[in-house]
Amino acid sequence: MSRPDLNTAAGADPFADAEVVLDVDGLVKHFPLTQGVIFQKRVGAVKAVDGVSFQLRQGETLGIVGESGCGKSTLAKLLMRLESPDEGSVRFRGEDFLAVRGEELRRLRRKIQIIFQDPYTSLNPRMSVGDIIAEPFKLHPDAKPQQGIRPRVKELLDVVGLNPDHINRYPHQFSGGQRQRIGIARGLALNPDVIICDEPVSALDVSVQAQVMNLLEDLQAEFGLSYIFIAHDLSVVRHISDRVGVMYLGRLAELGTEDEIYGAPGHPYTQALLSAVPVPDPTLRGKREQIVLQGDPPSPANPPSGCRFRTRCWKATEICAEEEPALTPRPGVPHDVACHHAEVREDLTA
Amino acid sequence: MTETTDAAEQARTAPDSTSAPLLEVRDLQVEFHTKAGVAQAINGLNFTVHPGETLAILGESGSGKSVTAQTIMGILDMPPGKIAGGEIRYRGEDLLTMPEEKRRKLRGVSISMIFQDALSSLNPVFPVGWQIAEMFRIHRKMKKKEAKQEAVELMRRVGIPAAEKRVWDFPHEFSGGMRQRIMIAMAIALDPDLLIADEPTTALDVTVQAQVMDLLLDLQKEYNMGLILITHDLGVVADVADKIAVMYAGRVMESADVYEIYASPSHPYTRGLLDSIPRIDGGEERLKAIEGLPPMLTNLPAGCPFSPRCPMATDLCRTERPELERVVDGHYSACHYSAQIYDDLRGGAA
Repeated sequence: MSRPDLNTAAGADPFADAEVVLDVDGLVKHFPLTQGVIFQKRVGAVKAVDGVSFQLRQGETLGIVGESGCGKSTLAKLLMRLESPDEGSVRFRGEDFLAVRGEELRRLRRKIQIIFQDPYTSLNPRMSVGDIIAEPFKLHPDAKPQQGIRPRVKELLDVVGLNPDHINRYPHQFSGGQRQRIGIARGLALNPDVIICDEPVSALDVSVQAQVMNLLEDLQAEFGLSYIFIAHDLSVVRHISDRVGVMYLGRLAELGTEDEIYGAPGHPYTQALLSAVPVPDPTLRGKREQIVLQGDPPSPANPPSGCRFRTRCWKATEICAEEEPALTPRPGVPHDVACHHAEVREDLTA
Repeated sequence: MTETTDAAEQARTAPDSTSAPLLEVRDLQVEFHTKAGVAQAINGLNFTVHPGETLAILGESGSGKSVTAQTIMGILDMPPGKIAGGEIRYRGEDLLTMPEEKRRKLRGVSISMIFQDALSSLNPVFPVGWQIAEMFRIHRKMKKKEAKQEAVELMRRVGIPAAEKRVWDFPHEFSGGMRQRIMIAMAIALDPDLLIADEPTTALDVTVQAQVMDLLLDLQKEYNMGLILITHDLGVVADVADKIAVMYAGRVMESADVYEIYASPSHPYTRGLLDSIPRIDGGEERLKAIEGLPPMLTNLPAGCPFSPRCPMATDLCRTERPELERVVDGHYSACHYSAQIYDDLRGGAA
């Protein structure tokens, strides 16, 4: 792995000049916490997503990594408009995705699709595979394929590597990896521009995981898709992503190209995450520095003041408690880091 | 806060493999009688564990690794499960023919187990301290007060902050990592000789996983326990195991010292697994997936169970099941061509 050239950081990002497909700015989602049964009193809020901004460019894969509870799945729902944000905007090719209604909304919705984590619960067990994949056409009758629905469904099955003759089978007749392929076929049905993959391979065995990741890469090349790839597995995210955002307690801690984040992370949290990943090479045992974080992440209902990571950070000083660090380039770090004491470490994954 | 893993490395001292084995599994066979037919979950399983040694059982879902753990513990559901043959010798005595009364005295005392999902393994309606103390009250006939004191001590030992105050908290009041620590506390409460950990860190975030794994290994060293670590994570195994047994379709495909397996995998399945995982240090362009799916346990292929997916399979593989045979000293592989694979690898490396 060659180390990213810090002087020509722009050169490391092949999508720097590509069209922006999705422009996310200052997204906020707080879930209210209430007390009482009849007169529900608002006693606080879970700050699931608390000011997230990024851009997704044509044909690129943006990975979002973070531990459980960091808000990555809420982010996926906000981008799908399955939840409406409290603040912020999402623009799809310049159009305000959050403001459109009715017919306009339906048209834009077709362009952004999602693949879910659990291939066992995200497919209706009472519907045949053919019906599951054809369902998007029922919801969007004007997107009906010209060749007819059934031939198109068969074509989709073929595209994702399933036998088109199995169109009448039910989900329980397929294995986990095959079910995830069905979910992918459903996501592709309406010819979307953007696919949000929410932990698409984490329920799969390693040997099958590689098949599905290869399929996602092939489909991206074939159809020019842009992916937002949400996962907790850092190695998987590195493999598939062009750029990576690291989330912690509802905010992005760091955002940069794959090589920048993994080869030269600037945020202490990213550094701790990377150092904690077990590497499948016993000869490195005890030779890698391991940054062991103390304690658990704080509750998103009551995040620490200033920098959210400061309670577990070994670099924390007074300023960290007082001032929330912005996600911006810092001295010595070419990419965006939300840390007052950002400093590149290059030895964590080498 | 930053610390190297040197100490943890020393904790993994070389096991005393010359001593009498703690546990010896010989030709174990377990079936499940289902409506779809007889599923052969375990077909002739062999391995040994010595005191102080960590054996990792590595396998994908359906490979029989959890059934192995349940059979050793004697908590397999029978029916539908049925032990069709073989022996499990603990300090020379066969657990399978031992009277239940005698076996019950070993279970949880000399041989104990940690489960993957701590939340569903703890009783939600009793405080955790009560549940830990129960071990001492029942097995050690301690008085309530004394047992509680022991429970607090043990909670402190596994790194639960403010153990004195938290002893009467309920399982849902703890985080995932803390709950897993409580499970570990219960498992080691009675000084077991053998600890079986079934995916102990799979449900945990990566930063917490590192903490829990370190705790487990420290305790193993302290008590000189034999540890059977059941996992699908090739990274965790490389970090902690002494020996590895790779399981597929209820059989050990390959077993050896951890350094040997990663350096010279001599079974096509092991090689496939190692090649199919994305690496944190990047580099690979495309993952080398293992094609196809694991076989149905109700309908195993005639020869080698991996032959339908194996890139090297010949007619011999499809008709004759290879036995686990010596490749070099301490390295065993169940493949007709393992010697050839080994020589190719060694030749290529030299």
